[in-house]
Amino acid sequence: MLAKRIIPCLDIKEGKTVKGINFVNFRDAGDPVALGKAYSEQGADELVYLDITASYEGRKTFTELVRKVAANVNIPFTVGGGINEMSDVDRLLNAGADKVSLNSSALRNPRLITEIAKNFGVQVCVVAIDANFEKGNWCCYLNGGRVSTGRDLFQWAKEAQERGAGEILFTSMTHDGVKNGYANSALARLNEMLNIPVIASGGAGKKEHFRDAFEIGKADAALAASVFHFGEISIGELKEYLEKENICIRK
Amino acid sequence: MQVAIIKYNAGNIYSVDCALKRVGVDAVITDDEEVLKSSDKIIFPGVGEAASTMHYLRQKGLDKLIKSFTQPVLGICIGMQLMCRHSEEGDVDCLNIFDVDVKRFCPMKNEKIPHMGWNSIERIDSHMFPVDLEGKYVYFVHSYYVPECEYTTAVTDYIQPFSAALHKDNFYATQFHLEKSGKVGESILTHFLNL
Repeated sequence: MLAKRIIPCLDIKEGKTVKGINFVNFRDAGDPVALGKAYSEQGADELVYLDITASYEGRKTFTELVRKVAANVNIPFTVGGGINEMSDVDRLLNAGADKVSLNSSALRNPRLITEIAKNFGVQVCVVAIDANFEKGNWCCYLNGGRVSTGRDLFQWAKEAQERGAGEILFTSMTHDGVKNGYANSALARLNEMLNIPVIASGGAGKKEHFRDAFEIGKADAALAASVFHFGEISIGELKEYLEKENICIRK
Repeated sequence: MQVAIIKYNAGNIYSVDCALKRVGVDAVITDDEEVLKSSDKIIFPGVGEAASTMHYLRQKGLDKLIKSFTQPVLGICIGMQLMCRHSEEGDVDCLNIFDVDVKRFCPMKNEKIPHMGWNSIERIDSHMFPVDLEGKYVYFVHSYYVPECEYTTAVTDYIQPFSAALHKDNFYATQFHLEKSGKVGESILTHFLNL
Protein backbone atom coordinates (compact mmCIF):
# COMPACT_ATOMS: atom_id res chain seq x y z
CA MET A 1 0.00 0.00 0.00
CA LEU A 2 1.15 3.52 -0.73
CA ALA A 3 2.50 5.00 2.51
CA LYS A 4 1.58 8.39 3.97
CA ARG A 5 4.63 10.65 3.94
CA ILE A 6 6.23 12.67 6.73
CA ILE A 7 8.15 15.69 5.43
CA PRO A 8 10.36 17.99 7.52
CA CYS A 9 10.82 21.44 6.02
CA LEU A 10 14.11 23.33 6.36
CA ASP A 11 14.35 27.09 5.83
CA ILE A 12 17.68 28.12 4.34
CA LYS A 13 19.35 31.51 4.46
CA GLU A 14 22.82 32.08 2.99
CA GLY A 15 23.35 28.32 2.87
CA LYS A 16 22.49 27.75 6.55
CA THR A 17 19.43 26.35 8.29
CA VAL A 18 17.48 29.07 10.08
CA LYS A 19 14.73 29.16 12.68
CA GLY A 20 15.96 28.45 16.15
CA ILE A 21 16.91 24.87 15.92
CA ASN A 22 17.27 22.86 19.06
CA PHE A 23 17.82 19.40 17.75
CA VAL A 24 18.41 16.99 20.59
CA ASN A 25 22.08 15.97 20.82
CA PHE A 26 22.81 17.32 17.41
CA ARG A 27 25.71 19.71 16.97
CA ASP A 28 25.40 20.54 13.27
CA ALA A 29 21.87 21.90 13.36
CA GLY A 30 22.87 24.84 11.18
CA ASP A 31 24.23 22.59 8.46
CA PRO A 32 21.37 21.79 6.05
CA VAL A 33 23.10 18.70 4.64
CA ALA A 34 23.86 17.16 8.03
CA LEU A 35 20.36 18.00 9.27
CA GLY A 36 18.74 16.52 6.15
CA LYS A 37 20.78 13.35 6.57
CA ALA A 38 19.80 13.12 10.22
CA TYR A 39 16.10 13.47 9.38
CA SER A 40 16.44 10.90 6.65
CA GLU A 41 18.06 8.46 9.09
CA GLN A 42 15.21 9.04 11.56
CA GLY A 43 12.75 7.97 8.86
CA ALA A 44 11.69 11.17 7.07
CA ASP A 45 10.16 10.22 3.71
CA GLU A 46 11.06 13.39 1.86
CA LEU A 47 12.64 16.75 2.60
CA VAL A 48 11.75 20.29 1.60
CA TYR A 49 14.44 22.98 1.43
CA LEU A 50 13.09 26.51 1.19
CA ASP A 51 15.47 29.26 0.15
CA ILE A 52 14.48 32.40 2.01
CA THR A 53 17.44 34.46 0.78
CA ALA A 54 16.62 37.33 -1.53
CA SER A 55 20.02 38.11 -3.06
CA TYR A 56 21.66 36.83 -6.20
CA GLU A 57 24.67 35.63 -4.19
CA GLY A 58 22.31 33.76 -1.90
CA ARG A 59 20.78 31.96 -4.89
CA LYS A 60 24.21 30.74 -5.99
CA THR A 61 24.94 29.49 -2.48
CA PHE A 62 21.58 27.70 -2.47
CA THR A 63 22.30 25.94 -5.78
CA GLU A 64 25.62 24.74 -4.38
CA LEU A 65 23.76 23.47 -1.33
CA VAL A 66 21.27 21.58 -3.53
CA ARG A 67 24.19 19.78 -5.18
CA LYS A 68 25.54 18.76 -1.77
CA VAL A 69 22.13 17.58 -0.59
CA ALA A 70 21.73 15.46 -3.73
CA ALA A 71 25.13 13.91 -3.15
CA ASN A 72 24.55 13.06 0.50
CA VAL A 73 20.85 12.45 1.05
CA ASN A 74 19.29 9.21 -0.24
CA ILE A 75 15.60 10.21 -0.22
CA PRO A 76 13.70 12.60 -2.53
CA PHE A 77 13.78 16.32 -1.84
CA THR A 78 11.90 19.38 -3.05
CA VAL A 79 13.36 22.87 -3.30
CA GLY A 80 11.47 26.13 -3.23
CA GLY A 81 11.88 29.87 -2.86
CA GLY A 82 12.70 32.36 -5.58
CA ILE A 83 11.77 30.15 -8.52
CA ASN A 84 10.48 32.64 -11.06
CA GLU A 85 11.39 31.30 -14.47
CA MET A 86 12.30 28.16 -16.36
CA SER A 87 16.03 28.81 -16.00
CA ASP A 88 15.64 28.61 -12.19
CA VAL A 89 13.89 25.24 -12.52
CA ASP A 90 16.53 23.96 -14.91
CA ARG A 91 19.36 25.05 -12.62
CA LEU A 92 17.86 23.41 -9.51
CA LEU A 93 16.90 20.14 -11.21
CA ASN A 94 20.36 19.94 -12.74
CA ALA A 95 21.79 20.38 -9.27
CA GLY A 96 19.92 17.23 -8.24
CA ALA A 97 16.58 18.40 -6.79
CA ASP A 98 13.71 15.99 -7.45
CA LYS A 99 10.93 18.56 -7.41
CA VAL A 100 10.51 22.32 -7.34
CA SER A 101 7.92 24.15 -5.31
CA LEU A 102 6.32 27.31 -6.70
CA ASN A 103 4.32 29.72 -4.58
CA SER A 104 3.92 33.44 -5.42
CA SER A 105 5.47 33.00 -8.87
CA ALA A 106 2.77 30.48 -9.84
CA LEU A 107 0.00 32.86 -8.76
CA ARG A 108 1.61 35.72 -10.65
CA ASN A 109 2.42 33.65 -13.72
CA PRO A 110 0.37 30.42 -13.84
CA ARG A 111 1.84 29.56 -17.24
CA LEU A 112 5.06 28.66 -15.42
CA ILE A 113 3.29 25.53 -14.09
CA THR A 114 2.31 24.51 -17.61
CA GLU A 115 5.85 25.07 -18.87
CA ILE A 116 7.45 23.01 -16.09
CA ALA A 117 4.98 20.14 -16.57
CA LYS A 118 5.57 20.15 -20.33
CA ASN A 119 9.35 20.20 -20.07
CA PHE A 120 10.04 18.08 -17.02
CA GLY A 121 6.83 16.15 -16.29
CA VAL A 122 4.04 16.81 -13.81
CA GLN A 123 5.82 14.97 -10.99
CA VAL A 124 8.39 17.78 -10.79
CA CYS A 125 6.03 20.66 -10.06
CA VAL A 126 4.73 21.20 -6.54
CA VAL A 127 2.41 24.19 -6.19
CA ALA A 128 2.53 25.62 -2.68
CA ILE A 129 -0.48 27.64 -1.58
CA ASP A 130 -0.61 29.85 1.52
CA ALA A 131 -4.21 30.53 2.43
CA ASN A 132 -6.01 32.16 5.33
CA PHE A 133 -9.58 31.53 6.47
CA GLU A 134 -11.40 34.86 6.54
CA LYS A 135 -15.08 35.81 6.32
CA GLY A 136 -16.02 32.22 5.55
CA ASN A 137 -13.55 31.79 2.67
CA TRP A 138 -10.05 30.45 2.19
CA CYS A 139 -8.11 33.32 0.62
CA CYS A 140 -4.71 32.83 -1.12
CA TYR A 141 -1.76 35.02 -0.17
CA LEU A 142 1.46 36.05 -1.90
CA ASN A 143 4.95 36.81 -0.62
CA GLY A 144 5.04 34.53 2.39
CA GLY A 145 1.58 35.53 3.56
CA ARG A 146 2.05 39.29 3.32
CA VAL A 147 -0.11 40.14 0.28
CA SER A 148 -3.72 39.09 -0.07
CA THR A 149 -4.84 38.14 -3.57
CA GLY A 150 -8.57 37.66 -3.14
CA ARG A 151 -8.25 34.30 -4.91
CA ASP A 152 -10.04 31.28 -3.51
CA LEU A 153 -7.91 28.32 -2.36
CA PHE A 154 -10.05 25.63 -3.99
CA GLN A 155 -10.42 27.44 -7.29
CA TRP A 156 -6.68 28.08 -7.48
CA ALA A 157 -5.75 24.51 -6.49
CA LYS A 158 -8.02 23.17 -9.22
CA GLU A 159 -6.49 25.51 -11.80
CA ALA A 160 -2.97 24.54 -10.69
CA GLN A 161 -3.84 20.87 -11.16
CA GLU A 162 -5.28 21.51 -14.60
CA ARG A 163 -2.15 23.42 -15.57
CA GLY A 164 0.08 20.48 -14.61
CA ALA A 165 0.89 20.68 -10.90
CA GLY A 166 1.98 17.26 -9.61
CA GLU A 167 1.18 18.01 -5.96
CA ILE A 168 -0.46 20.73 -3.88
CA LEU A 169 1.31 21.85 -0.70
CA PHE A 170 -1.38 23.67 1.26
CA THR A 171 -0.29 25.79 4.22
CA SER A 172 -3.06 27.14 6.38
CA MET A 173 -1.94 30.55 7.65
CA THR A 174 -4.84 30.33 10.10
CA HIS A 175 -3.33 27.21 11.68
CA ASP A 176 0.39 27.84 11.13
CA GLY A 177 2.32 28.40 14.36
CA VAL A 178 -0.72 27.74 16.56
CA LYS A 179 0.22 24.06 17.06
CA ASN A 180 -3.40 23.07 17.39
CA GLY A 181 -3.68 20.75 14.39
CA TYR A 182 -3.85 21.01 10.60
CA ALA A 183 -6.75 22.57 8.63
CA ASN A 184 -8.43 19.20 8.26
CA SER A 185 -11.76 20.17 6.75
CA ALA A 186 -10.11 22.29 4.04
CA LEU A 187 -7.65 19.45 3.41
CA ALA A 188 -10.46 16.92 3.05
CA ARG A 189 -12.22 19.18 0.57
CA LEU A 190 -9.00 19.60 -1.45
CA ASN A 191 -8.49 15.85 -1.47
CA GLU A 192 -12.07 15.28 -2.60
CA MET A 193 -11.82 17.65 -5.57
CA LEU A 194 -8.24 16.96 -6.75
CA ASN A 195 -6.67 13.87 -8.25
CA ILE A 196 -3.08 14.79 -7.35
CA PRO A 197 -1.49 14.33 -3.90
CA VAL A 198 -2.10 16.96 -1.22
CA ILE A 199 0.54 17.84 1.39
CA ALA A 200 -0.77 19.26 4.67
CA SER A 201 1.20 22.11 6.22
CA GLY A 202 0.70 24.43 9.18
CA GLY A 203 -0.52 23.52 12.64
CA ALA A 204 1.40 20.43 13.78
CA GLY A 205 1.94 20.41 17.53
CA LYS A 206 1.28 16.83 18.62
CA LYS A 207 1.50 13.37 17.07
CA GLU A 208 -2.30 13.19 17.02
CA HIS A 209 -2.35 16.11 14.61
CA PHE A 210 -0.54 14.04 11.99
CA ARG A 211 -3.00 11.18 12.43
CA ASP A 212 -5.91 13.60 12.01
CA ALA A 213 -4.39 15.18 8.88
CA PHE A 214 -4.24 11.70 7.34
CA GLU A 215 -7.54 10.32 8.67
CA ILE A 216 -9.81 13.37 8.71
CA GLY A 217 -7.94 15.58 6.22
CA LYS A 218 -7.18 12.61 3.91
CA ALA A 219 -3.78 14.20 3.21
CA ASP A 220 -1.19 12.17 1.31
CA ALA A 221 1.68 13.75 3.23
CA ALA A 222 2.19 16.00 6.24
CA LEU A 223 4.86 18.66 6.45
CA ALA A 224 6.17 20.26 9.62
CA ALA A 225 9.13 22.34 10.70
CA SER A 226 9.40 23.52 14.29
CA VAL A 227 8.08 20.39 16.04
CA PHE A 228 10.89 18.46 14.39
CA HIS A 229 13.56 21.16 14.63
CA PHE A 230 12.96 21.71 18.34
CA GLY A 231 12.88 17.99 19.01
CA GLU A 232 9.30 18.18 20.35
CA ILE A 233 8.40 15.23 18.15
CA SER A 234 10.94 12.77 16.81
CA ILE A 235 10.16 11.26 13.43
CA GLY A 236 10.91 7.75 14.68
CA GLU A 237 8.42 8.03 17.54
CA LEU A 238 5.86 9.70 15.30
CA LYS A 239 6.01 6.82 12.85
CA GLU A 240 5.68 4.24 15.63
CA TYR A 241 2.61 6.09 16.87
CA LEU A 242 1.05 6.32 13.40
CA GLU A 243 1.63 2.64 12.80
CA LYS A 244 -0.23 1.82 16.05
CA GLU A 245 -3.03 4.04 14.80
CA ASN A 246 -3.22 1.83 11.68
CA ILE A 247 -1.91 4.45 9.29
CA CYS A 248 0.21 3.05 6.49
CA ILE A 249 3.71 4.46 6.88
CA ARG A 250 7.12 3.42 5.62
CA LYS A 251 9.16 1.48 8.18
CA MET B 1 35.16 -2.61 -11.75
CA GLN B 2 34.04 -0.09 -14.35
CA VAL B 3 30.43 1.07 -14.10
CA ALA B 4 28.90 3.18 -16.87
CA ILE B 5 25.74 5.27 -16.82
CA ILE B 6 24.17 5.68 -20.25
CA LYS B 7 24.06 9.36 -21.17
CA TYR B 8 20.88 10.37 -23.01
CA ASN B 9 18.11 12.98 -22.87
CA ALA B 10 16.62 11.86 -19.55
CA GLY B 11 16.70 13.52 -16.15
CA ASN B 12 18.11 12.33 -12.82
CA ILE B 13 21.41 11.01 -14.19
CA TYR B 14 23.21 13.10 -11.56
CA SER B 15 21.10 11.49 -8.79
CA VAL B 16 22.05 8.00 -9.99
CA ASP B 17 25.71 9.03 -10.14
CA CYS B 18 25.44 10.33 -6.54
CA ALA B 19 23.86 7.07 -5.36
CA LEU B 20 26.70 5.08 -6.95
CA LYS B 21 29.24 7.33 -5.19
CA ARG B 22 27.46 6.70 -1.87
CA VAL B 23 27.99 2.96 -2.34
CA GLY B 24 31.62 3.57 -3.24
CA VAL B 25 31.59 3.49 -7.05
CA ASP B 26 32.88 6.21 -9.36
CA ALA B 27 30.84 5.71 -12.52
CA VAL B 28 31.47 7.10 -15.98
CA ILE B 29 28.57 8.89 -17.68
CA THR B 30 28.84 8.26 -21.40
CA ASP B 31 27.15 7.49 -24.73
CA ASP B 32 30.41 6.23 -26.25
CA GLU B 33 30.01 2.75 -27.71
CA GLU B 34 33.51 1.49 -26.85
CA VAL B 35 33.39 2.75 -23.26
CA LEU B 36 29.95 1.25 -22.72
CA LYS B 37 30.92 -2.09 -24.26
CA SER B 38 34.03 -2.38 -22.11
CA SER B 39 32.20 -1.61 -18.85
CA ASP B 40 31.49 -4.35 -16.33
CA LYS B 41 28.09 -2.98 -15.35
CA ILE B 42 25.78 -0.57 -17.12
CA ILE B 43 23.05 1.61 -15.61
CA PHE B 44 20.23 2.87 -17.84
CA PRO B 45 18.57 5.53 -15.67
CA GLY B 46 15.90 8.05 -16.39
CA VAL B 47 13.11 10.39 -15.66
CA GLY B 48 11.39 11.36 -18.85
CA GLU B 49 8.77 10.69 -21.48
CA ALA B 50 8.83 7.43 -23.47
CA ALA B 51 8.35 8.67 -27.05
CA SER B 52 10.89 11.51 -26.91
CA THR B 53 13.55 9.45 -25.10
CA MET B 54 13.03 6.52 -27.49
CA HIS B 55 13.34 8.86 -30.47
CA TYR B 56 16.63 10.17 -29.06
CA LEU B 57 18.00 6.66 -28.47
CA ARG B 58 17.23 5.71 -32.10
CA GLN B 59 18.82 8.88 -33.44
CA LYS B 60 22.03 8.13 -31.54
CA GLY B 61 22.01 4.42 -32.42
CA LEU B 62 21.82 3.64 -28.72
CA ASP B 63 18.74 1.41 -29.21
CA LYS B 64 20.68 -1.30 -31.03
CA LEU B 65 23.70 -0.86 -28.78
CA ILE B 66 21.70 -1.37 -25.56
CA LYS B 67 20.14 -4.57 -26.91
CA SER B 68 23.59 -5.89 -27.81
CA PHE B 69 25.02 -5.60 -24.27
CA THR B 70 26.11 -8.89 -22.70
CA GLN B 71 27.18 -7.55 -19.27
CA PRO B 72 24.61 -6.87 -16.49
CA VAL B 73 22.43 -3.85 -17.35
CA LEU B 74 20.12 -2.15 -14.85
CA GLY B 75 17.24 0.00 -16.12
CA ILE B 76 15.59 2.43 -13.72
CA CYS B 77 12.06 3.91 -14.08
CA ILE B 78 11.72 5.16 -17.68
CA GLY B 79 14.85 3.07 -18.39
CA MET B 80 12.85 -0.03 -17.44
CA GLN B 81 9.83 1.03 -19.49
CA LEU B 82 12.00 1.67 -22.56
CA MET B 83 13.32 -1.90 -22.24
CA CYS B 84 9.78 -3.22 -22.84
CA ARG B 85 8.07 -3.89 -26.19
CA HIS B 86 5.77 -0.89 -26.50
CA SER B 87 4.61 2.04 -24.36
CA GLU B 88 1.22 3.71 -24.29
CA GLU B 89 3.08 6.90 -23.37
CA GLY B 90 3.35 8.54 -26.79
CA ASP B 91 2.29 5.20 -28.40
CA VAL B 92 5.88 4.21 -29.13
CA ASP B 93 7.68 0.95 -29.90
CA CYS B 94 10.51 0.43 -27.44
CA LEU B 95 13.57 -1.83 -27.19
CA ASN B 96 11.65 -5.13 -26.80
CA ILE B 97 14.14 -6.68 -24.40
CA PHE B 98 11.19 -7.61 -22.18
CA ASP B 99 8.33 -8.88 -24.32
CA VAL B 100 5.61 -6.96 -22.46
CA ASP B 101 3.72 -3.68 -23.01
CA VAL B 102 3.73 -0.56 -20.82
CA LYS B 103 0.24 0.68 -19.91
CA ARG B 104 -1.22 3.82 -18.38
CA PHE B 105 -2.67 3.56 -14.88
CA CYS B 106 -6.48 3.73 -14.89
CA PRO B 107 -7.95 4.88 -11.57
CA MET B 108 -10.64 2.49 -10.25
CA LYS B 109 -11.82 4.51 -7.23
CA ASN B 110 -10.24 7.97 -7.29
CA GLU B 111 -6.65 6.76 -6.92
CA LYS B 112 -4.23 9.53 -7.73
CA ILE B 113 -2.00 9.49 -10.81
CA PRO B 114 1.03 9.56 -10.84
CA HIS B 115 1.67 6.80 -8.32
CA MET B 116 3.99 8.93 -6.21
CA GLY B 117 5.67 8.04 -2.94
CA TRP B 118 6.80 5.03 -0.93
CA ASN B 119 5.25 1.63 -1.57
CA SER B 120 6.29 -1.91 -0.66
CA ILE B 121 7.85 -4.59 -2.86
CA GLU B 122 6.48 -8.11 -2.47
CA ARG B 123 7.30 -11.58 -3.83
CA ILE B 124 10.87 -10.46 -4.54
CA ASP B 125 13.20 -12.66 -6.54
CA SER B 126 16.23 -13.81 -4.54
CA HIS B 127 18.64 -13.51 -7.47
CA MET B 128 17.92 -9.82 -8.05
CA PHE B 129 17.26 -8.74 -4.46
CA PRO B 130 18.73 -9.38 -1.02
CA VAL B 131 16.07 -11.64 0.56
CA ASP B 132 15.63 -9.49 3.66
CA LEU B 133 14.04 -6.74 1.55
CA GLU B 134 10.71 -8.54 1.17
CA GLY B 135 7.95 -6.06 2.02
CA LYS B 136 10.31 -3.09 2.28
CA TYR B 137 9.37 0.35 0.99
CA VAL B 138 10.89 2.00 -2.08
CA TYR B 139 10.19 5.29 -3.86
CA PHE B 140 8.00 5.42 -6.97
CA VAL B 141 6.99 8.23 -9.34
CA HIS B 142 5.18 7.05 -12.48
CA SER B 143 1.92 7.23 -14.43
CA TYR B 144 2.58 4.18 -16.63
CA TYR B 145 3.24 0.64 -15.45
CA VAL B 146 4.33 -2.81 -16.59
CA PRO B 147 1.75 -5.53 -15.80
CA GLU B 148 2.84 -8.71 -14.05
CA CYS B 149 4.53 -11.00 -16.57
CA GLU B 150 7.01 -13.88 -16.85
CA TYR B 151 9.94 -11.47 -16.21
CA THR B 152 8.48 -9.97 -13.01
CA THR B 153 10.91 -10.15 -10.08
CA ALA B 154 9.02 -7.96 -7.59
CA VAL B 155 5.39 -6.89 -7.33
CA THR B 156 3.89 -3.69 -5.94
CA ASP B 157 0.20 -3.01 -5.46
CA TYR B 158 -1.26 0.26 -6.70
CA ILE B 159 -4.73 0.10 -8.25
CA GLN B 160 -3.67 -3.45 -9.17
CA PRO B 161 -0.50 -5.50 -8.65
CA PHE B 162 2.15 -4.51 -11.22
CA SER B 163 5.83 -5.23 -11.97
CA ALA B 164 8.10 -3.29 -9.60
CA ALA B 165 11.09 -5.07 -11.16
CA LEU B 166 11.98 -7.23 -14.16
CA HIS B 167 14.80 -9.61 -15.08
CA LYS B 168 15.71 -11.53 -18.20
CA ASP B 169 19.23 -12.88 -18.92
CA ASN B 170 21.69 -10.03 -18.26
CA PHE B 171 18.96 -7.35 -18.19
CA TYR B 172 17.57 -6.11 -14.86
CA ALA B 173 15.17 -3.26 -14.22
CA THR B 174 13.29 -1.49 -11.43
CA GLN B 175 10.24 0.72 -11.80
CA PHE B 176 11.11 2.47 -8.55
CA HIS B 177 13.91 4.95 -8.05
CA LEU B 178 16.44 2.93 -6.11
CA GLU B 179 18.71 6.00 -6.11
CA LYS B 180 16.07 7.75 -3.95
CA SER B 181 14.96 4.75 -1.89
CA GLY B 182 17.13 5.26 1.18
CA LYS B 183 19.20 2.37 2.55
CA VAL B 184 16.93 -0.19 0.85
CA GLY B 185 17.70 1.32 -2.56
CA GLU B 186 21.42 1.40 -1.82
CA SER B 187 21.45 -2.27 -0.85
CA ILE B 188 19.65 -3.21 -4.10
CA LEU B 189 22.23 -1.20 -6.02
CA THR B 190 25.12 -2.88 -4.19
CA HIS B 191 23.53 -6.27 -4.82
CA PHE B 192 23.37 -5.52 -8.56
CA LEU B 193 26.99 -4.36 -8.61
CA ASN B 194 28.01 -7.67 -7.03
CA LEU B 195 26.12 -9.84 -9.55
